[in-house]
Amino acid sequence: MSLLAVERIKLFSTRSPWWCMALVLAMAVGLAALLSSLGKQFAMSVAASQLGLGLGSFVAMVLAALAVTSEYRFGTIRATFAAVPNRTAALLAKTVVVATVVGLVGLVTAFAAWGVAYLLTDSPVMAIDTGAEWRALTGEALLYAAYAVIAIGVGLLVRHTAGAIALLLVWALVVENIVVPILDSSLDLGISRWLPFANAGNLITAGDAVASGQSQGAPAVDYPFGGPWGSFGYFAAIAVTVLAIGILVANRRDA
Amino acid sequence: MIEARGLTKRYGRTVAVDDLSFTVTPGRVTGFLGPNGAGKSTTMRMVLGLDRPTAGEVRIGGKRYTDLKRPLHTVGALLDARWVHSHRSARAHLRWLAASNKISRTRVDEVLDLVGLAEVAGKSAGKYSLGMSQRLGIAAALLGDPEVLLFDEPVNGLDPEGIAWIRTFMQSLAAQGRTVFVSSHLLSEMAITATDLVVIGRGRLITQCSTAEFVENATEATVRVRTPNAEALRSLLTAKGHTVTEVDGGLVVVGATSEEIGELAAAHRVVLHELSPQRGSLEQAFMEMTGQDVEFHAAGPPLPPGEQQELAAALAAIRSEAGGARS
Repeated sequence: MSLLAVERIKLFSTRSPWWCMALVLAMAVGLAALLSSLGKQFAMSVAASQLGLGLGSFVAMVLAALAVTSEYRFGTIRATFAAVPNRTAALLAKTVVVATVVGLVGLVTAFAAWGVAYLLTDSPVMAIDTGAEWRALTGEALLYAAYAVIAIGVGLLVRHTAGAIALLLVWALVVENIVVPILDSSLDLGISRWLPFANAGNLITAGDAVASGQSQGAPAVDYPFGGPWGSFGYFAAIAVTVLAIGILVANRRDA
Repeated sequence: MIEARGLTKRYGRTVAVDDLSFTVTPGRVTGFLGPNGAGKSTTMRMVLGLDRPTAGEVRIGGKRYTDLKRPLHTVGALLDARWVHSHRSARAHLRWLAASNKISRTRVDEVLDLVGLAEVAGKSAGKYSLGMSQRLGIAAALLGDPEVLLFDEPVNGLDPEGIAWIRTFMQSLAAQGRTVFVSSHLLSEMAITATDLVVIGRGRLITQCSTAEFVENATEATVRVRTPNAEALRSLLTAKGHTVTEVDGGLVVVGATSEEIGELAAAHRVVLHELSPQRGSLEQAFMEMTGQDVEFHAAGPPLPPGEQQELAAALAAIRSEAGGARS
């Protein structure tokens, strides 16, 4: 328990996590408000109100990666390992605290974004009355927590803030959204369905044409693990694997 | 009590610490002396379990650091005063450290008081001067009221007031019966602060002895003599097997005490104008001893093998003398 307190004090005693959390909220609520105000030009739905959380997820990953890389930058990781020689315990405590906080931010932001869209749209579509809609909103908590886990893992492996963030963003935005789709469409490799972040997003967007981009003519992706929960499980497994490798490496390495 | 046995650290083909064995005893300040790049910081990191030794081990009170349950209660260390998040307040920094070893919040305020930072504890650590950062580092080291304290170059870059403060502080910690191990590349600093020395060069142990012994053994005693009858005295001294050299108008004698020279001169009715024992400077001796072990030599070819052996023999002699005097 004391290790959780350590990481809680660390996380909340600098300003950058607060800025990141505020930014996630502002981006998600802002985009929900913007899309709602488009009126008939945009078919708002519960899942579509969550589109801003996709943007926010990158900021959430920055927050989580920073929790590790700033320790390497300032050398406090050495103070941590000297105070807690059991590095695995120290790093797991950090993961639990950061993932919990980021998950809560996801949950609060999800309902805030939905709330704004609900008020501005004033349409029965926006009522949360199906299982899929509940999944879209509460799922953000799990999704954000999983994003935090993978970002901490990458942070442990890369150790530099810029490197870790670049790797996460280039993978999620460029590789998954541009490189692989081009390869897939030109060579017909069929690897798009295996992409980790695409699978992660499927937890929220499954079954919603607007949110998953099918209304813009994108074909429905046939994810390999049967539905949104299978997709999320797949992403969570990858995130935990990256974290495990990161902790293993941190144990082997000189601090 | 810190005991290092055969401690070795290799980075690829570079040997940072080479089969290093030493013991640091409680109740005194032990200096860890060596030129920059000699492996002092690497050794300190291995003591704290941050770097894994390639071979050998170091134990603190008989235990490996990584086996200590709440290590801050046993070992306090200041390896680098900059190991603080610059946007976190000093108090928050100490609070998370305290929480990690179940140390109370009141203790945080106590150590802040102790190092004189209580007034500015709410400021970001990044806004601290170097001297304040060092004090914060010392506060962190003292959190768990540990038996063993490690300081790596604590006076580097400090003003004279800060240096004096840290020196007195370390001595008072030793006087309380704690083990204080402090590294420095400045022999003059260690000569004032430390009672014992562990001297290393290029990762190897050169000697472990008391500071007094080190000074005694490392510096060559000579006697300076001035006499109007230099030729006569010179032949008398060389006949006795002493080495005499002429240095700006006087003689410098190696191997004889001033008493011997005075009596010899009186017996042969040689007038003396000056008879003064001299001692080589400590810094010079240190340079000579570790000179061959400085990692980055400024210039000069390496010693030929014969001379290297001579040097090794000389160092071995110093080591055995130091050991003999101690026992």
